[in-house]
Amino acid sequence: MTEADWPLFEVFIRSRSGLEHKHVGSLHAADARMAIEHARDVYTRRQEGVSMWVVRSADIIASDPEEADSLFEPARDKVYRHPTFYAIPDEVKNL
Amino acid sequence: MYTQGLDTHGKEPLPTAAEGEARAARFQGRIDAEEKIEPKDWMPEAYRQTLIRQISQHAHSEIVGMLPEGNWITRAPTLKRKAVLIAKVQDEGGHGMYLYSAAETLGIPRAQMLVQLLSGAAKYSSIFNYPTLTWADIGAIGWLVDGAAIMNQIPLCRCSYGPYARAMVRICKEESFHQRQGFEIMLTLSQGSHAQRAMAQDALNRWWWPSLMMFGPSDADSMHTGQSMRWKIKRFSNDELRQRFIDVTVPQAHFLGLTIPDDELHWDEATQHYRAGPIDWSEFYAVLKGNGPCNRERLEARRRAHEAGRWVREAAAAHAQRSQRAAPPVAGVAGVAGAAGAAA
Ligand SMILES: [Fe+2]
Ligand SMILES: [Fe+2]
Repeated sequence: MTEADWPLFEVFIRSRSGLEHKHVGSLHAADARMAIEHARDVYTRRQEGVSMWVVRSADIIASDPEEADSLFEPARDKVYRHPTFYAIPDEVKNL
Repeated sequence: MYTQGLDTHGKEPLPTAAEGEARAARFQGRIDAEEKIEPKDWMPEAYRQTLIRQISQHAHSEIVGMLPEGNWITRAPTLKRKAVLIAKVQDEGGHGMYLYSAAETLGIPRAQMLVQLLSGAAKYSSIFNYPTLTWADIGAIGWLVDGAAIMNQIPLCRCSYGPYARAMVRICKEESFHQRQGFEIMLTLSQGSHAQRAMAQDALNRWWWPSLMMFGPSDADSMHTGQSMRWKIKRFSNDELRQRFIDVTVPQAHFLGLTIPDDELHWDEATQHYRAGPIDWSEFYAVLKGNGPCNRERLEARRRAHEAGRWVREAAAAHAQRSQRAAPPVAGVAGVAGAAGAAA
């Protein structure tokens, strides 16, 4: 007989203070408290983190890879958003 | 490594015409350009099934692999060795967890993989069906078995499937300590009393050939290799990796003053490789079929553990249900994530 899986959680870890939390993987747990404890054992056995987030995978809303082209297309022709777009004479400093 | 390509003979699923040649060509183009494939991307069904099989076999191997070494935790010769062995076995459990998660991203539930393992339907690496008779076996496993695993797993860090590649990066970072602690056990024994040296030699005698078999059938007999290479799941053939392992390991055995149990082993000046004698593949296939020294014992141990843990899983589920009714869900923990969200 197949038991139902516990809910899936995604795990995010801040490796040291000053850095953002980063996705490291996922795990199953009965509840959020257990997810934190399992994340500690599975993902931080070598002091990989100082802080963790867990979030139910079902609560994450992701963009559709099939729509990636149209979704990100508007930024493609806006090179003027980058500083290198502007030609400034070499003699001008501090710009 | 732990993936040996165990049950793929003649069963390699092929891309179907229905999936559209254009789509398949685009997919292969991404692979050829060394792009990673991610879970929500379109992929040929055969690619998905090949990965599910390989990653789940790999995960099962990590989990079953805890058993032969776990056998010596209570009998480790010193407190230091005991702490090290516990840490190593715990890492292997972690490796199993990373890999099950990676397989799940392909759409197979964890529970289904567990059923496949416990029913005996799933394969795991042949190496874990050999017994650990003496303390020296713990040294030999770390040195040879983890050594062979590293040889096989490093190229998997560049596997085309993102979640598998990322799991392998994490695993490879942890494997180095496994191999070094094993070699250190062998070194200590080989510098010890006559009986300790004999114990180290005996362990090498028993683990050498099974370790070579970990790389899977010879290239002539492994028909799936071509497709896996085209998909960049696999980067080197079984025989290539086996040869590399032999080349790096033989000098290590010499350093220990131990003898590799192969009368035909010799250095080939022309090719700059060690040449090993023939492998007894009948032993390999017998172990795969379930007739190794410990196949039954391993599965029974897993089943027993699963049954013994049932009440814990039920209690945890009941507790989670009750606290969900009593309080707003995930109070406290979600608060932390929520508050920090703005800063991320
Ligand atoms: Fe491992
Ligand atoms: Fe290991």
